[in-house]
Amino acid sequence: MSSEWPLWEVFIRGQHGLNHRHVGSLHAPDAEMAIRNARDVYTRRNEGVSIWVVKSNEITASSPSEKGPLFDPSNSKVYRHPTFYDIPEEVGHM
Amino acid sequence: MPSLPDVMTPDVERLAAQAPRGAPTASHIDPHLAGPLVEFLMRTGDNALILGHRVSQWCGHSPALEEDIALANQALDLVGQCQLWLGLAGEVEGRGRSADHLAYRRDAAAFRNVLLVELPNGDFGQTLMRQFLFDAFHIELLRALTRSADPRVAEIAAKAQKEVAYHLERSADLVIRLGDGTDESRARMQAALTYLFPYTGEMMHDDAVDRALADAGIAPLPSSLRADWDRTVREVLAEATLTHPGQTYQHGIAGQGGGKRGVHTEHLGFILAEMQFLQRAYPDATW
Amino acid sequence: MYAQLVKSEGAKSREEMTPEEIAFQERIDRGEKIEPKEWMPEGYRKTLIRQIGQHAHSEIVGQLPEGNWITRAPTLERKQILLAKVQDEAGHGLYLYSAAETLGVSRDELLAALHSGKMKYSSIFNYPTLNWADIGAVGWLVDGAAIMNQVPLQRTSFGPYSRAMIRICKEESFHQRQGYDIMMKMCAGTPEQKAMAQDALNRFWYPALMMFGPSDKDSVHSAQSMAWKIKINTNDELRQKFVDQTVPQARYLGLTVPDENLTWNEDKGGHDFSEPDWSEFFEVIAGNGPCNAERLNARVKAWDDGAWFREGLMAHAGKAEARRRAAQVAAE
Repeated sequence: MSSEWPLWEVFIRGQHGLNHRHVGSLHAPDAEMAIRNARDVYTRRNEGVSIWVVKSNEITASSPSEKGPLFDPSNSKVYRHPTFYDIPEEVGHM
Repeated sequence: MPSLPDVMTPDVERLAAQAPRGAPTASHIDPHLAGPLVEFLMRTGDNALILGHRVSQWCGHSPALEEDIALANQALDLVGQCQLWLGLAGEVEGRGRSADHLAYRRDAAAFRNVLLVELPNGDFGQTLMRQFLFDAFHIELLRALTRSADPRVAEIAAKAQKEVAYHLERSADLVIRLGDGTDESRARMQAALTYLFPYTGEMMHDDAVDRALADAGIAPLPSSLRADWDRTVREVLAEATLTHPGQTYQHGIAGQGGGKRGVHTEHLGFILAEMQFLQRAYPDATW
Repeated sequence: MYAQLVKSEGAKSREEMTPEEIAFQERIDRGEKIEPKEWMPEGYRKTLIRQIGQHAHSEIVGQLPEGNWITRAPTLERKQILLAKVQDEAGHGLYLYSAAETLGVSRDELLAALHSGKMKYSSIFNYPTLNWADIGAVGWLVDGAAIMNQVPLQRTSFGPYSRAMIRICKEESFHQRQGYDIMMKMCAGTPEQKAMAQDALNRFWYPALMMFGPSDKDSVHSAQSMAWKIKINTNDELRQKFVDQTVPQARYLGLTVPDENLTWNEDKGGHDFSEPDWSEFFEVIAGNGPCNAERLNARVKAWDDGAWFREGLMAHAGKAEARRRAAQVAAE
């Protein structure tokens, strides 16, 4: 029997109500222990208020070879960015 | 043990007599209670100190990195708690002894921790079982202390309670997992339980100090915590598929022995010889 | 450094590179990060596993010389600080093993390579900590030297390694300071304490200089690693920087750096100093340092003694999962 504990990815939401953020990985025999280990490993400095863990091999990731097709099209959608629009200075902050 | 001057804890009566002339912060304590209170604070602080010391010995040697980090957190919590308890002990005592002084300049006979916490780490299972048996008591003690008539005691207990609730969650869960794991892990946990169980009774055994503080509403009678401790232990052992040892001989209660009375196992002397080495060898130094 | 003498695989000239390799190199030159699943030359992957693995091993073996004093720390506060620091090192080992694991090697495989002696860790951790000032000296000199290397590595080309280094640098910021704080206390203390501090500096100075590894200015391995941005500075650059930073700190403490040839060289704007004894360095790397056997044995023992624990927890997780499934089936 392999006794190697599976790898988990850890996501933590910090104090300020932002989204959970990937902070790193660790090993644990199951999800419950992964949460506890995450508490001990990744919140030693009071970093978080909520923890998610997910088994690393259950993450589906976008394929790096499709990076072009996936992300390049948004390059041309310049109108999504506020700097695309010229607003006269006298209008004030917008 | 270096044969250097040792400061023994004076007896309770004499302390009680001295208390009114002691530190002004202790002035609202009934003079008859100061002695027992100091004694109790040392018991609670020494438990945390010695257990924290034992747990810290795993740092760098645990079976997995994640465990190494978790145990260090626990040791840090315990040493932190000991600073608060011993700090308050020194304050109430009013003889100018700091937490460090109490930790580093008393000899074994002046230590008041229960025998359980000074027992050797053994294998990782023994360490976890010792932790669980103590945590299950510790949490009940702290929970009761949050309602202490002494606000300083209640305040420390409130802080420590949060930490210890997590210690118990961890140690209980690991006892369950290892009991209900492989044949080997079960056998090891059962052996640890058999070895340690005779040292659990001392935690919940009352003496004159306990009765004085209970009467004043400062601390619970240890025996009043037994039912909850017992329930936790039975539940966890059952889920862990381990056999409860039942009624066994209990160390530290009958006769002259017992850590609460300052009569320890041989192990404590070695812990202190190591822990106090620098302070004893260089008494004039500051660190 | 924590990764010393890491051999790069496949140092190639531009003419020898395939179009893929050229495109890869151009990405690195543009400052792009390389992520785990992206194409990378096999040599890049192997070199990184070796380097990150060695770095991780150094963190966990590095727990031992300092851990040695946790039970003897002279005050409750010093005990807490030291414990927190040694715990951080376990955490740093964990982050680095995780970074290596994204390259397709498991932590257990890396540990097996450490335990068999196939992979190395930094030479510095094969020196003993003999008095309390050594704990100060380790923080001041060893962490000081490590930081010198780790700060630039935050910009390394491999994403997971870079992110691990960023986290580590953030956490390590107190490590060197606590070491220097111990040294200040020791130097302002009794004559015996001051003597301990000088003794610690005497013993750790040259081993600290060795941490950067022998001169590598002509090494093809280093050139390749630098092209790949998994090594940012040459060993000599970092060593010089370390000496220049440390000498005034020693002076402030009133301690003497154990080097008669140490002088300020106005022309180069840095100190001239004696090289460490490199034959000693190679002996330590070969396993003949004062504590090699103890350090490795301690790691192997921790691993072997913990096998039943790791297996027990896996077995339980398996049982619990089976019970959960059975309950699910029964409910359907």
